[in-house]
Amino acid sequence: MMANTPRTVGSVITRCTAERRGALIGYLPVGFPTLDESVDAAVALVENGVDILELGLPYSDPVMDGPVIQRATLQALATGFRVPQVFAAIARITEQVAAPVLVMTYWNLVLQHGVNRFADDLVAAGGAGLITPDLIPEEAAEWIAASDRTGLDRVFLAAPSSTDERLTQAVAASRGFVYAVSTMGITGARNDVDTAARTLVERLRRAGAPASCVGLGISTAEQVRDVLGYADGAIVGSALVDALMTDGVAAVGELAASLARGTRADRG
Amino acid sequence: MTLRTQTGPYFGDFGGRFVPESLIAALDELTVAYEAAKNDPMFTAELAELGRTYTGRPSIITEVPRFAAHAGGSRVILKREDLNHTGSHKINNVLGQALLTKRIGKHRVIAETGAGQHGVATATAAALFGLECTVYMGEVDTERQALNVARMRLLGAEVVPVAAGSRTLKDAINEAMRDWVTNVATTNYLFGTVAGPHPFPELVRNFQKIIGEEAREQVLALTGALPTAVAACVGGGSNAMGIFHAFLDDLDVALYGFEAAGEGVDTDRHAATITRGRPGILHGARSFLLQSEDGQTIESHSISAGLDYPGVGPEHSWLASIGRACYRPVTDAAAMSALRLLSRTEGIIPAIESAHALAGALQLGRELGPTATILVSLSGRGDKDMETAAEYFQLTDAAVQSNAAPLAPPTRGGALPTVAVSPTYPLTTAEGDHS
Repeated sequence: MMANTPRTVGSVITRCTAERRGALIGYLPVGFPTLDESVDAAVALVENGVDILELGLPYSDPVMDGPVIQRATLQALATGFRVPQVFAAIARITEQVAAPVLVMTYWNLVLQHGVNRFADDLVAAGGAGLITPDLIPEEAAEWIAASDRTGLDRVFLAAPSSTDERLTQAVAASRGFVYAVSTMGITGARNDVDTAARTLVERLRRAGAPASCVGLGISTAEQVRDVLGYADGAIVGSALVDALMTDGVAAVGELAASLARGTRADRG
Repeated sequence: MTLRTQTGPYFGDFGGRFVPESLIAALDELTVAYEAAKNDPMFTAELAELGRTYTGRPSIITEVPRFAAHAGGSRVILKREDLNHTGSHKINNVLGQALLTKRIGKHRVIAETGAGQHGVATATAAALFGLECTVYMGEVDTERQALNVARMRLLGAEVVPVAAGSRTLKDAINEAMRDWVTNVATTNYLFGTVAGPHPFPELVRNFQKIIGEEAREQVLALTGALPTAVAACVGGGSNAMGIFHAFLDDLDVALYGFEAAGEGVDTDRHAATITRGRPGILHGARSFLLQSEDGQTIESHSISAGLDYPGVGPEHSWLASIGRACYRPVTDAAAMSALRLLSRTEGIIPAIESAHALAGALQLGRELGPTATILVSLSGRGDKDMETAAEYFQLTDAAVQSNAAPLAPPTRGGALPTVAVSPTYPLTTAEGDHS
């Protein structure tokens, strides 16, 4: 039983820094292909070197997601996924592995559950916090209050198009890390992770970010290594979902192990 | 502060910006450009000139006494946005946003469309201004509005059928937003209705409010008084906000929005967002929404593609919440019946969307009685709906021959609507003539 271990994202990133490496963050949608398999796949990610889990809540209108994640999350909804199941899934994951679990969710699902109730249920399940792709700090007063009350992490997004003023605001509002969107676009594997990511991470550092993790388009160990040359963490999503969709839980574990090798290189 | 001067990002508790951070810079850029443009006499003059020489503004009003005879003897006056170039009110907004696109120096526009009217209007403006244009349209809608797809392509636009989700307007908006997130540096999103993130609800309303401004003057000139009530259909709600806005502070003028009730608000096949929804977030704004207990958007249904949307503009949610406007459901059957009634009594074939407002006006007229004057937003013409109408009323030669009685009543869509329409031709005015 590891449920009492503190699972803040910040503590994991600090530990990775002490080990002179970056953090690997792995995304999978909860409830895909089934609730049980999504739990097993998440556990397999951690057992194969993922440091932080990002569990996506399936949503009917995922505007930030590309075709792979859309297909998986819509399938989860079609087979009857209900939002409260995420808490049961997190409890089962955190019983088995020590990595912190962030929930990636579009805001309406939290709003309809009740922001405070969602925070309480997340704490009770052993979850670490939320990544909110369609919630900007200006609209987040209720969530900031609830996460301050409960100590949950809150990850806001920063984009290459964000002004310096907005980056400062994202840094101030975030706890755990700031999610640096590598490129202008939606989720999905890309051959080149935009050089805009490097610039954005530098700008976030100047804005005072304790930690920045880069997501969107990262799918190989080489890309993980490149990104961790300048960022505190690399976030991989669609490639893992694709592996799960195509070849099942064992394949996800293998891909995670391969990606994790990208975290071991000396940092630039 | 008056109701008319309300601005975004919030209308009461409704509105805001619930979008990815990647879009904020573009929304800010649009907000700043619009604020500058609306105070720039050159911009307003150019837009007004386009209205006069391209759209055909001001659109006329038409009193329809033979139709009104079925509306409890009330006077019924139509605001004829159906006569605009491209056939609906959508052109008003699109010309404004296309001018803004030029002003911010972008060369590509994207749009979502349901019925195809906003897509056609956007493709038209893109052709006029030499902009690249991509229109996202749900696959269900590209099938039921094939003629508008052809129109857009003829105008030089790329039409992308969207196969995701419910394959209707909501999914077309999702896909347009994904395009915008990716191509925001070169692309402006010409949002079609008074929904979406700030500044769209305010910006689109301001480009559409000319409908009500003209109509208010025209009705005053015709009747010597303001109307008793204003009626408009509401999907996202742009024609309704456009005609309501000038009357918001005329508290004696009742405002009625008519939502698509599809097969009935007690079935699961309707699009009556304010009647049956609850507040939530969709497409960047907090507003009324058809959603599950969990907050998943529920697929809407309407015979009218333009009203087949599970959300509604935040200003409507606000007007409903403060009681300034009243929103009522109108079924497919009632709308189709009103469509046929206007066609036969007045020689005007309305869009199925607008027919919801007409059906609502028939009901209102019976409630308000012969002293009432009802202004109806005839937001679009019915040409695009002929295939749907032909099937619904069995109007093709094959259908007519297989049915003994020509122009027989509909064989689908359930019982005849509450509005009495004689099912046989010639249609007789059973109720007292309007005097």
